[in-house]
Amino acid sequence: MADHAPWTRDKALAIVESYRGQRGSLLPILHDLQHEFGFIDDQAVPLLANALNLSRAEVHGVISFYHDFKREPQGRTVVKVCRAEACQAVGADRLVEHAARRLGVPLGGTRADGAVTLEGVFCLGNCALGPTVMIDDHLHGRVDANRFDALAAPLAAQVSGDAR
Amino acid sequence: MITIYVPRDAAALSVGADQIAALIRIEADRRGADIQIVRNGSRGMLWLEPLVEVATPEGRVAYGPVTAADVPALFDAGFLTGAPQPPHPLHLGPTEEIPYLKNQERLTFARCGVIDPLSVDDYREHGGFAGLERALAMTPEQVIAEVTESGLRGRGGAGFPTGIKWKTVHDAVADEKFICCNADEGDSGTFADRMIMEGDPFILIEGMTIAAIAVGARQGYIYIRSEYPHAIATLRDAITAAYVENWLGDGIHGSAHSFDLEVRVGAGAYICGEETAMLESLEGKRGMVRAKPPLPALEGLFGKPTVVNNVLSLTSVPVILARGGAFYRDFGVGRSRGTQPFQLGGNIRHGGIVEKAFGITLRELLYDFGGGTASGRPIRAVQVGGPLGAYLPPEHFDTPKDYEAFAAREAMVGHGGIVVFDDTVDMAMQARFAMEFCAAESCGKCTPCRIGAVRGVEILDRVLAGGASPKQLTLLEGLCEVMADGSLCAMGGLTPMPVRSALKHFPEDFDRPAAALAAE
Ligand SMILES: Cc1cc2nc3c(=O)[nH]c(=O)nc-3n(C[C@H](O)[C@H](O)[C@H](O)COP(=O)(O)O)c2cc1C
Ligand code: SF4
Ligand code: FES
Repeated sequence: MADHAPWTRDKALAIVESYRGQRGSLLPILHDLQHEFGFIDDQAVPLLANALNLSRAEVHGVISFYHDFKREPQGRTVVKVCRAEACQAVGADRLVEHAARRLGVPLGGTRADGAVTLEGVFCLGNCALGPTVMIDDHLHGRVDANRFDALAAPLAAQVSGDAR
Repeated sequence: MITIYVPRDAAALSVGADQIAALIRIEADRRGADIQIVRNGSRGMLWLEPLVEVATPEGRVAYGPVTAADVPALFDAGFLTGAPQPPHPLHLGPTEEIPYLKNQERLTFARCGVIDPLSVDDYREHGGFAGLERALAMTPEQVIAEVTESGLRGRGGAGFPTGIKWKTVHDAVADEKFICCNADEGDSGTFADRMIMEGDPFILIEGMTIAAIAVGARQGYIYIRSEYPHAIATLRDAITAAYVENWLGDGIHGSAHSFDLEVRVGAGAYICGEETAMLESLEGKRGMVRAKPPLPALEGLFGKPTVVNNVLSLTSVPVILARGGAFYRDFGVGRSRGTQPFQLGGNIRHGGIVEKAFGITLRELLYDFGGGTASGRPIRAVQVGGPLGAYLPPEHFDTPKDYEAFAAREAMVGHGGIVVFDDTVDMAMQARFAMEFCAAESCGKCTPCRIGAVRGVEILDRVLAGGASPKQLTLLEGLCEVMADGSLCAMGGLTPMPVRSALKHFPEDFDRPAAALAAE
């Protein structure tokens, strides 16, 4: 479970500064910003444009191009379910449906209480031990419905009605 | 002191290896046994993970798959001596004698799962850096000649001869050149790049340094996808260790060669595995595919001559330098020389890494090694070569693994991934997914790919709903043609491959009665 600091301009500038002199530093900076604050705050766009001598449109274009970079806060826990072929072959589609029901949040969504985000991803490199799920940075293989429930027990939807 | 090996590979971790290592430590302490636990890479027999090994005077003995509940009983059964008596059901005997491993030809993966991935000493004791040492004493031309002689072709998918690529970069005149390792490994069903980076990271550092010597580069980048946090951490640690021992940095081991290496992390975009999109991404831009020419070899990263190679291409290089191009070339068939770490995934009983010389058939891989499906049902289809690769039915399982033989069957070897489906698969759904994937991951630069994939999903949705007129399939065929002919890169250009192969080999799945609609 990730704890993120609230946005401060000084912290953001310190991150940018730590890459001074490195070429092609925008992606590493964005990764660090997201790691620190949990998402890329709108205020980061002008700040990065100014610091890296880019247009705001360029910075915005990069942020929106990559699936990893989020413009809004994510759940405190991020559950990624693999939806790619090797996991499909062992029931990933069913697992995705089950996960959405169990967590009470649609694929791609963040639950209203902010506890969890459910994401579909394409391959986690664990294709011989699927279905595969990554919860924050922890990888889990052979995840059937029962195992999912055990792994996600602390995250299960509170209202039993949600679980339908 | 007894040495126990418990893998730190992400696949092993995904089924509880950390917990097993902790429990073994607790149990040993409780019994007063003097042990050390080495966290090795995986041997690649993934259905046996967590695979625990014990070092005995007769060699390493394997147990697996070990669950938490098994640990005390293993100790009771003489696990610390590797004893076969009293028999424990998880006792697998000497690791190297397990047929899955014994019947492989491991050149690239020779050390993976054997050594401590972050120990330079262990790496050296097992032949590591021998290739680099030899390269340091050679001229760049000699290094390139050795790689060319080996017949090595790019393992990232396109199969381009590595020696020729290196020569192009070598011959280019520039103030600066780069080595970029493509570790984006986005193909579903592939995990060999990840496993070698986690299990034997120094081999990649060694291969890249040899490439740097060959072309005259002094800076390298490894572009690893963000979905691989364990590989990223392992490689960063390995780079630090390599600097400490001067296998990276200035004047490597007293030579005139200097090389700096850095890990860069992707951001969840499949297209960034395409080499020019990767270069854009490394430059801090959107991962938009560049038109070729110019070739990256001439105008690559920051406009400079750049070697872009896949992890498996670069990790094949150390053994080529250590044992000679001819040694490597003696493996394989036709114009496919050397070995390929094939990856068995999906619905497969014995999934994992099988490194074999080219020429092995799909059937041997799927049945002799793979043991058929995990579900016990018949195999109906395999997708070979990633999400842009063809779906093949059992009639094609005698095809030898060879770039040209696969091309002749409108298929590709790709990065060596093989994904198995049993007879419950719905091939029209798989075709739809191929289009959905392309729509989601297209860089958006050209219309046939960006718009075509969305149209493809729409057509297949109508087919899936049932009762579609044959005209829909004609439309789909036409769309595939437009995508294949009009796309700038293989994302749009090859998405028709899985779609067409599904249509061709499994037409019955596309002929759906209208009843499905009426029943709703
Ligand atoms: C859509 C697309 C995705 C690709 N993904 C990868 C990848 O993940 N890893 C890789 O090494 N090559 C990938 N490639 C191939 C690269 O463009 C390039 O051919 C390769 O990195 C060159 O290295 P090699 O000669 O060692 O194979 C991809 C190509 C396309 C068109
Ligand atoms: S084919 Fe698709 S991914 Fe490739 S350049 Fe065109 S739009 Fe981009
Ligand atoms: S396809 Fe799911 S982990 Fe690779």
